[in-house]
Amino acid sequence: MSDRLRPRWHILVFLAPAVLVYTAVMIFPLFNTLRLSLFTEVEQERVFVGLQNFRTLFGDAIWSEQFWNALGNNFWFFFIHMVVQNPIGVILAAILSHPRLRFAHLYRSAIFIPTILSFVIVGFAWKLILSPIWGIAPSLLDAVGLKSLFAPWLGKEEYALTTLALISVWQFVGIPMMLIYAALLSIPEEILEAGECDGITGMSAFWKIKLPLILPSIGIISILTFVGNFNAFDLIYAAQGALAGPDFSTDILGTFLYRTFFGFQLQLGDPHMGSAIATAMFVIILIGVCIYLFGIQTRLRRYQF
Amino acid sequence: MTHKIIGAALLATTAIVAGPAAAQDVTLTIESWRNDDLTLWQDQIIPAFEAANPGIKVNFTPSAPAEYNAVLNSKLDAGSAGDLITCRPFDASLALFEDGKLADLSDLEAMASFSDVAKSAWQTDDGSATFCVPMASVIHGFIYNKEAFEEVGVEPPATVDEFYAVLDKLKEDGSYIPMAMGTNDQWEAATMGYQNIGPTYWKGEEGRLALIAGEQKLTDEPWVAPYREIAKWKDYLGDGFEAQTYPDSQNLFTLGRAAIYPAGSWEISGFNAQADFEMGAFPPPVVSAGDTCYISDHTDIAIGLNAASPNAEAAKTFLNWVGSEEFAQIYANALPGFFSLSSHDVAMEDPLAQEFVSWRGKCEPTIRSTYQILSRGTPNLENETWNASAQVIKGAESPEDAGQRLQDGLASWYEPQQ
Repeated sequence: MSDRLRPRWHILVFLAPAVLVYTAVMIFPLFNTLRLSLFTEVEQERVFVGLQNFRTLFGDAIWSEQFWNALGNNFWFFFIHMVVQNPIGVILAAILSHPRLRFAHLYRSAIFIPTILSFVIVGFAWKLILSPIWGIAPSLLDAVGLKSLFAPWLGKEEYALTTLALISVWQFVGIPMMLIYAALLSIPEEILEAGECDGITGMSAFWKIKLPLILPSIGIISILTFVGNFNAFDLIYAAQGALAGPDFSTDILGTFLYRTFFGFQLQLGDPHMGSAIATAMFVIILIGVCIYLFGIQTRLRRYQF
Repeated sequence: MTHKIIGAALLATTAIVAGPAAAQDVTLTIESWRNDDLTLWQDQIIPAFEAANPGIKVNFTPSAPAEYNAVLNSKLDAGSAGDLITCRPFDASLALFEDGKLADLSDLEAMASFSDVAKSAWQTDDGSATFCVPMASVIHGFIYNKEAFEEVGVEPPATVDEFYAVLDKLKEDGSYIPMAMGTNDQWEAATMGYQNIGPTYWKGEEGRLALIAGEQKLTDEPWVAPYREIAKWKDYLGDGFEAQTYPDSQNLFTLGRAAIYPAGSWEISGFNAQADFEMGAFPPPVVSAGDTCYISDHTDIAIGLNAASPNAEAAKTFLNWVGSEEFAQIYANALPGFFSLSSHDVAMEDPLAQEFVSWRGKCEPTIRSTYQILSRGTPNLENETWNASAQVIKGAESPEDAGQRLQDGLASWYEPQQ
């Protein structure tokens, strides 16, 4: 009996390192950013202004136009990932998990490798590949007689964002592939064999048995893509710079935040407006994650093998 | 044993000899973002100064350019900053002066050797106090491939009509891309395009000051005309210039594939190392022959005094020396393309640099129109100008629309324009 009442210190002790480190590097900065967004600087003094920064961000034409432009671009960026990256990831995983595929390990590694490359390298390499002057894209297209299809994609407003989204897809397609590959491997053979006895083979085995079983993984991948895309910054910055040209057509929330917070060229940094944008980003991601957690994940059916 | 005694004796004598000198020695520390220039300072500038001023030692301690402003601010706040501070032009340094971090140097003797335009980047808005000694500026113009010009049979143009005639001829000939410039990085279009040829139209300082005073607007003809000109450049740029970056343009020119490069003089040393053909330069062409020419002689770098420095006297000696002919000579020759801002007549050996600096004799100098005061608010006029210039060259926005957009943006926060 007395055993139960004794305070269980070991729980605290074991939790402490993680909680302390996480608080110091994540929770405190997060809340400090939220706090900072309620202040502004007047004559070198920090003064509390309540929601004034948000009123400027959403009410002032100059700020709100940039914000909605960045948000719209961000949704397009996310949309391309959802319709290109995830289906390709599923298809690749399905092919890789085929028992008679040879060199599966080789393909798996080759497709996954770009994921571990730095954004700077990816941005720079693709800029070179697509360069109208030195790039191999124009000559490759020329070789198959499609030179007329070539355009300086990264420099054209109508293509630049899509091009960058596709580059990002190229880089990260390995992640959904791996997660779904793992999910596919965990499907027990007996289920597939049982299906075969009922006459479900080949493609219909995939659609009717495997796909429903990997839906939870696809859900997780979608939410990871959402969070990753709305926090994206590096690739755009590496390829197009902080002004996210041409004409802000590749400006996403991350680059908008960077420009505002740290300043750019003659524009001095404004940490308070920057924090307001960071807070808006946080809220957008929070809403997205909540919709997923409460609206989608609870309805997904799980199967226990 | 004897070795040790001799060693100790030697040490003792050096200590005695060095002793009195060390007691008076003052060491000055310089904060700078020019880590590229470290060897230049250590091998040439500092020895020259120390030879002329015994008793003052100088230590050059640069940090990375991108971190400089942040590092400097925190050092100044902590009281650990060096005695001499390398000054960025305009608002970054002005803010330091207003915070009392930089000393007022208006009365420094050396200031007499600088023109008002040279000092404008390091003055209060009303020009009453100057807080940094100007060191160098960069000049805009066009660098061209002499061999290409000879091959095609054209001469460097003096007027706008001749300029397009040369471009047409180069285009017709077809062996060279007439002009190397891209819009991917945006700033090329604004800095080497708009700010390069613009002063010719807004008449240099006259127009720049009128814009600050609110007497001219960005929708006025002098401010829209340069956009109209750069809009015509589109036809002379290489294929896919929309995605061409700044290094692409540099390479196109130095590899001999392009004939004309809209330039800033800072390119000189890089181009000298890269290009194996002879290069020449011509200033922004004037509208009709005989017109006064205007050049952008942009103030870029200066040096000031930390207000909290304990060695203010020695530091002032150094600053006066920075204004001297000797310093100008060393600096301009070691870094061709960074021109001394002083009124001394500096002889330079690099022919291309000589060509650039010779324009000072016949043209009126000004600085980039967006740098002083006008880029303080949101939207930032400099950044907007990058965007507008790139848009205009691509043909995505008309010159008039660009002018109107910039004017609306400026008027939204800048009172004299409202």
